[in-house]
Amino acid sequence: MLASAAIAQTAPGDSSAIPALTIAQPPPPNPATNVKAEDAPNDGGGSIRVTWAASPDDGAGRKNVASYNILRAVSSPTGAGAFDTVGSATAGNTEFTDGHTEDGIPYIYIVEALSSVPSPGGTPVMVSVRSEPTGVAYSNGQWFHMRRLNALIMVIIVCGAILYFIQQASSGKELFIRKIAGLDAVDEAVGRATEMGRKIFYIPGTQDMDEVQTLAGITILGRVAKVAAEYEASLEVPVSRSLVMVTCREVVKEAYLNAGRPEAYNDSMVYYLTDDQFGYAAGIDGLVMRDKPSTLFFMGAFYAESLILAETGNSIGAIQIAGTAMPAQLPFFVAACDYTLIGEELFAASAYLSKEPKLLGSLKGQDLGKAIILLAILVGIVMTSFGAISMDTSDLDKLGNYNIGQWFEVQ
Amino acid sequence: MRREIPTAIAFFVGIICIIQFFIPHRPFGTLVDVFSDWFGIVAAFAIWLGALNLLKVSLERSLSKKKTHDRWYGLVVAASFFLIFIIGMFMSGGDQFQVPGSRFDYLYVNIYTPLSSTMFALLAFFVASASYRAFRARSWEATLLLIAAFFVMLGRAPVGDQLTGFMPEGYRLSEVANWIMTYPQVAGQRAIMIGIALGVASASLRLILGLERSYLGGE
Amino acid sequence: MAENPTEMKPGLFDRLMRIDRRVIFIFISVALIVPLFFNISQRIQVSPEVQMLNDAMNKVPDGGLVLFAMDYDPPSAPELQPMAVAAFKVALAKKFKMVIIGLWPQGPMQANMAFETATHDPRFKDVKLTYGVDYVNLGFQSGNEAVIQKMGSDIPTTFPRDYAGTPVDQLPLMKGIKNLGNFDFMVNISAGYPGTREWVQFGADRFGLKMVSGSTAVQTTEMSPYVGKQLLGLMGGMRGAAEFEQVSGYPGRAIKFMVGQSVAHVIVIVFIVIGNIAYFATRKRKGA
Repeated sequence: MLASAAIAQTAPGDSSAIPALTIAQPPPPNPATNVKAEDAPNDGGGSIRVTWAASPDDGAGRKNVASYNILRAVSSPTGAGAFDTVGSATAGNTEFTDGHTEDGIPYIYIVEALSSVPSPGGTPVMVSVRSEPTGVAYSNGQWFHMRRLNALIMVIIVCGAILYFIQQASSGKELFIRKIAGLDAVDEAVGRATEMGRKIFYIPGTQDMDEVQTLAGITILGRVAKVAAEYEASLEVPVSRSLVMVTCREVVKEAYLNAGRPEAYNDSMVYYLTDDQFGYAAGIDGLVMRDKPSTLFFMGAFYAESLILAETGNSIGAIQIAGTAMPAQLPFFVAACDYTLIGEELFAASAYLSKEPKLLGSLKGQDLGKAIILLAILVGIVMTSFGAISMDTSDLDKLGNYNIGQWFEVQ
Repeated sequence: MRREIPTAIAFFVGIICIIQFFIPHRPFGTLVDVFSDWFGIVAAFAIWLGALNLLKVSLERSLSKKKTHDRWYGLVVAASFFLIFIIGMFMSGGDQFQVPGSRFDYLYVNIYTPLSSTMFALLAFFVASASYRAFRARSWEATLLLIAAFFVMLGRAPVGDQLTGFMPEGYRLSEVANWIMTYPQVAGQRAIMIGIALGVASASLRLILGLERSYLGGE
Repeated sequence: MAENPTEMKPGLFDRLMRIDRRVIFIFISVALIVPLFFNISQRIQVSPEVQMLNDAMNKVPDGGLVLFAMDYDPPSAPELQPMAVAAFKVALAKKFKMVIIGLWPQGPMQANMAFETATHDPRFKDVKLTYGVDYVNLGFQSGNEAVIQKMGSDIPTTFPRDYAGTPVDQLPLMKGIKNLGNFDFMVNISAGYPGTREWVQFGADRFGLKMVSGSTAVQTTEMSPYVGKQLLGLMGGMRGAAEFEQVSGYPGRAIKFMVGQSVAHVIVIVFIVIGNIAYFATRKRKGA
């Protein structure tokens, strides 16, 4: 602080002090070269990408480049306006995206290499050197994201296959679906609750309605609620999200209506506990230990609470059926539950339970997608093993056109 | 109409979300942000539904004539709710409530933190009891799993290397555990993830096209 | 739960087949608590993922701009807090400019605690940091992955105010920061959703963010497929934290906790072995 104060004191009044300081300083770094500005690709407009070749003193030479400042001015027929700093990049970087441009305005850029120089007082001062200005650049938006062409092709193939098989199925073609033990066990699990005169708890995951797994869980709840209504079993749905509570109420109500027992439904069957992950786990564990339900369903997205819930249910000897697409939680459910729907089985449940041809058709389309991916993996394995290609997307120069890793890269 | 309108909204928003992934140009690129904001707003208001439901259920329990423990639990929930709500809203310096040293921060550090940590810590115990039950050599596959678990459990704790320190580098337990985690484990994980990704795509397509409407209370 | 079909009285092996879980709990508690009272040190082998993480962090130039996304809460803090503390220590040593955010409401509070612990290390007692210049805590923003997407285009509008309510345009450090592309590096400490997976999908992949992650042991298996390309390093659970403490040269709580973890793992293995012996003994008897 002392040194900069000293410079500030001498600089304005005593101009002779400045050359003295300059003489004491080591030379500034060489400027960045080859500075270019162009519209940032694949965006909605409003940004320009500035690239440059690093200063010869950045990481080499005098090694005194600390960072770069990126300066921008609006170009006009009478010459460029004033340059303002729009951002900075640390040494070693050669690219900056200015995300605050207005489309259609001509901009020019300068890259300033900064070096930290010791001053007489000890606190370093920054010296800078500017590059040549760039040519004029405009920003604008693109109508297609070229780096996502591969994703579009895959989306068209997979969705096309799904739609094709849905069409086939609605025209009456028989479709095979393999057995899913966990779903076949629903009737038995609900029946057991009726026999024992105990409750059924249904946990539709711990995430909100924007999670597809929650929707899948609620779909299965519809079926469970219908069976529970038919068997006159007592169902409770403690949830951890308000929106999920509202949705589950609708689904359970409808299920009871369809089962011909609307009078047996009341809103208190579905209730909210808390959004907090472990608060919710504690709440469910408490309910399980007090009420000793005979059957527990865990269907939806779960995190670390999965085993805390399932192990507590296991300790009271309840039948437990779980289903989740959270890979990390699957081993816990498999260890502690009687049946577990693994990943995609959770999403296939609605088709499996309703046997609706349209839904079954979508599963068939999904299988085709899987076949394509398997084929790609096989081809990749064979070709990589023979050294024909590289999956390393960072090494484009060495492998040239043989690098098919990038075909599968979506940005 | 109760089902047609939500289905139409799901179709419209779903299609826009897919389109925006490929078309960065305005207005598509920013529409998803708008939809996310809307979801956030709806979900934020819905918290009141949940909170009021929680209060209703808890108060009903605590006022119930049935002499069970539930009465006391209900009372504890309602009392804690009001305590945190009042202290957070009115006694912690308005929007500075999260700043270290505020009353809300005190409750957070001294009540919420230890309670949550306790629940999470239960996992260590439950993992132990579940492993004891699940890892039995009942079949060929189960035996493989058991052996893998043995290596990983020992290899992931320093004791593994102390036991196998005499082995040449590359064969010590931690390295065996790392190998299991990096190759067979990742391969299995990826397979499940690919299956899930396709499952999500197919389920989302059914939802967007309105083929799957059971979440709206229909068949 | 099926009844034992044999008519024999439950023998020793039958009882060992069904050890009350509370017995296991007692053993585990003893294993975890007792080592805390002793100062036992263990050599920890550093895994390639953590070595990569440390190398990646050290490759960032001194004074680089680093984003710390703290997506966890107190329950997972025992595992994740040591990672955050050690990462902050590396950041202090390398004089990084730090921007802290959280996609979890409690994340920024955890970050404050970790930051304070890191600055109390005697090695940094001469380091003078100015809030707003050397580091900022932008607090929590709701919206999960949408927040990451918004940060990709405009950070000041995503986080208009910092943790204490100061407008970001009054923070000197935020002057040059527009979007995720401005960061040299990112450290994500994650306990679930939203977390590392979302940062990989919406940050690393889309905006070329160089990132590393520390995640809970439970979800490490899910993150490991990303290591190498999207993640420049990964520390998983307490073990990962201990390895990072060791390799970065800032030993802390995780290394201490590893002793308990060693003993607990051995105890679990012993119980599994007992269970299997009993299983085979009873099966043989039934078969006879």
